[in-house]
Amino acid sequence: MINNPETGMTLIVKTITRLTVGLILLFGIYIILHGHLSPGGGFAGGVIVALSFVHLMLAFGKDVAVSRVSKNLASNLESIGAMMFLLVALLGFLRGSFFLNILAKGSPFNLFSAGTIPLSNIAIGIKVGVGLFAIFLALVVLERSK
Amino acid sequence: MNSATIIPLFVIIPLAAAFLISLVGKFIKRSSETIIFISSLALLSFSLYARFLLNSSAGKIMIYKIGGWTPPFGICMVLDGLSCFMLITVNLIAFFVAVYSLPYMEQYTDKPKFFTLFSLMVCGMNGLIITGDLFNLFVFLEIASIASYALVAFGTEAEELEASFKYAIMGSVASTFIFIGIAFLYSFTSTLNMADMARVLSNKQNEWVIPFVGVLFLMGFGLKSALVPFHAWLPDAHPSAPASISAMLSGVLIKTLGIYSLIRIFFNIIGATQGYLTVLMFLGAISMIVGVVLALSQWDLKRLLAYHSISQIGYVILGIGLGTPLGILGGLFHLFNHSVFKSLLFLNSGAVDYATGTRDLKETGGLGKLMPVTAKTNLVASMSIAGIPPFNGFFSKAIIIIACLQKGNFGYAICAVIGSILTLASFMKVQKFAFLGEIKDKFKNIKEAPFAMLFSMVCLAIICIFGGLLLIPSLRFFLDDAVAVILKGTGYAGVVLEAAAK
Repeated sequence: MINNPETGMTLIVKTITRLTVGLILLFGIYIILHGHLSPGGGFAGGVIVALSFVHLMLAFGKDVAVSRVSKNLASNLESIGAMMFLLVALLGFLRGSFFLNILAKGSPFNLFSAGTIPLSNIAIGIKVGVGLFAIFLALVVLERSK
Repeated sequence: MNSATIIPLFVIIPLAAAFLISLVGKFIKRSSETIIFISSLALLSFSLYARFLLNSSAGKIMIYKIGGWTPPFGICMVLDGLSCFMLITVNLIAFFVAVYSLPYMEQYTDKPKFFTLFSLMVCGMNGLIITGDLFNLFVFLEIASIASYALVAFGTEAEELEASFKYAIMGSVASTFIFIGIAFLYSFTSTLNMADMARVLSNKQNEWVIPFVGVLFLMGFGLKSALVPFHAWLPDAHPSAPASISAMLSGVLIKTLGIYSLIRIFFNIIGATQGYLTVLMFLGAISMIVGVVLALSQWDLKRLLAYHSISQIGYVILGIGLGTPLGILGGLFHLFNHSVFKSLLFLNSGAVDYATGTRDLKETGGLGKLMPVTAKTNLVASMSIAGIPPFNGFFSKAIIIIACLQKGNFGYAICAVIGSILTLASFMKVQKFAFLGEIKDKFKNIKEAPFAMLFSMVCLAIICIFGGLLLIPSLRFFLDDAVAVILKGTGYAGVVLEAAAK
């Protein structure tokens, strides 16, 4: 499927995509994980993660992208992301308040700091990433009849 | 854990239900129905319990600080008389509509998706009602609106998609106006907490910000609540949705998103001056007359009801725009009554549609014999909306008219009377063409709707009959507390900040 010259764009685009798509995904994950330290966060990182899959779809055609993340997986992961965010918020009830940051805060500017904020960022990242990808899938669901 | 812990539950329960349904609804049979029933029942009981807690709390106000941050720095949730009034209205209707949807939505595919969107809509409305933060209000408003755009298009027929598209465009324009208004207020006051904003605004001199923001909000929330110059989307959007969603949209969504936010911002944050009130009264009176006149010539049952929503919203806005205690009481009471009887009417139209497959009044007729429960509940609701004495609609309309006379606005009082008479005429037409007369041959074999649908309709009809009892002194606290919050005006700031500091 991935080497089929019939679908997708030209060889040049495919080669460049092969080289860059992993880096884009990695950059998205970096933005999500450093959300509490640097500009960005769950939403921005999630958009970049989604873009890496959209990129794959543009270069290689819909089937390749769907073979990586199917529609069902996307919709389930989206619900799981939302539930995770809600669970992180509910964790606060252990110390008595909704959304209370109950984990140890650590020292500022370390990767493992800021308590529950990175967890929330990861949840948002999952939700936004697969959510945007699912929206894109819904937009390309229509095809020209053969 | 203090008693205020109940407040965030109004957001947590529907949000958790929504995503749980979308996660397990596809795999486990009947799980989506079970979850939606439990969650809406829980919301209804919690909202009634919140009313009980509010009675025993000091100053009749409860504040919940999210994450333990004190306002104005953090987001707080405020439960006062007005929020509690709206919460009970929303969750009461949502519960009956959810029960009704269990059999009704069998006609459509993908029930789990429907209940996910339904829960999100309830979450948006509940969140909007209890939040004490202006930007949070906008976020919840968008959750509820976007869920409702998708729900209007749920049938995915050409007509429904067109209506949904129109609704989405108009709704987004409204949201943009509201958003710009919030941005201006934020840049002027440097705070987003509603109470703190009210405090800053009352201390700071300004010449143009408030009138400008007021107009933006009037356009935004006017569009959301479909007041007359902004009403064009409603007669398309409300009939296109599944009947249970029409009941939610007409029953509570336009009131929560439009009227509640309008009241909260105009009375409690900006501080309503006579200028705003005059505009509100004028818009209310126009909506009242135009809506009902347009309704008279409709033959599609649900479209007729949708036009009546515009007209009845006019009564609510007129009552609130009077600004007197009696007028506001009448407005809020009519808001509650309209939620009940308009949801009931839409559920009736859904039952007719379910049994006969049509909602064109020219084709139906004589359904009263074959669908006795639907016909009788519809009669109750029709008489309520037309303001016939023992039913709840009479009391609220009478209060609004008396309040108009008391304030000396005889013109508006006459408008309200004319609107009421035309409403009666239009519902006599519904009775004649839908339920009385001779049954058509092709409908000889139709059956009454299933039990769950009848249960919802009968319960709502009972509330219609006994709704007037809310005015007796021992039950009046339900309305009086809401009125007191509105009358307090920008004094809201002091009350909230004082309660939050504790």
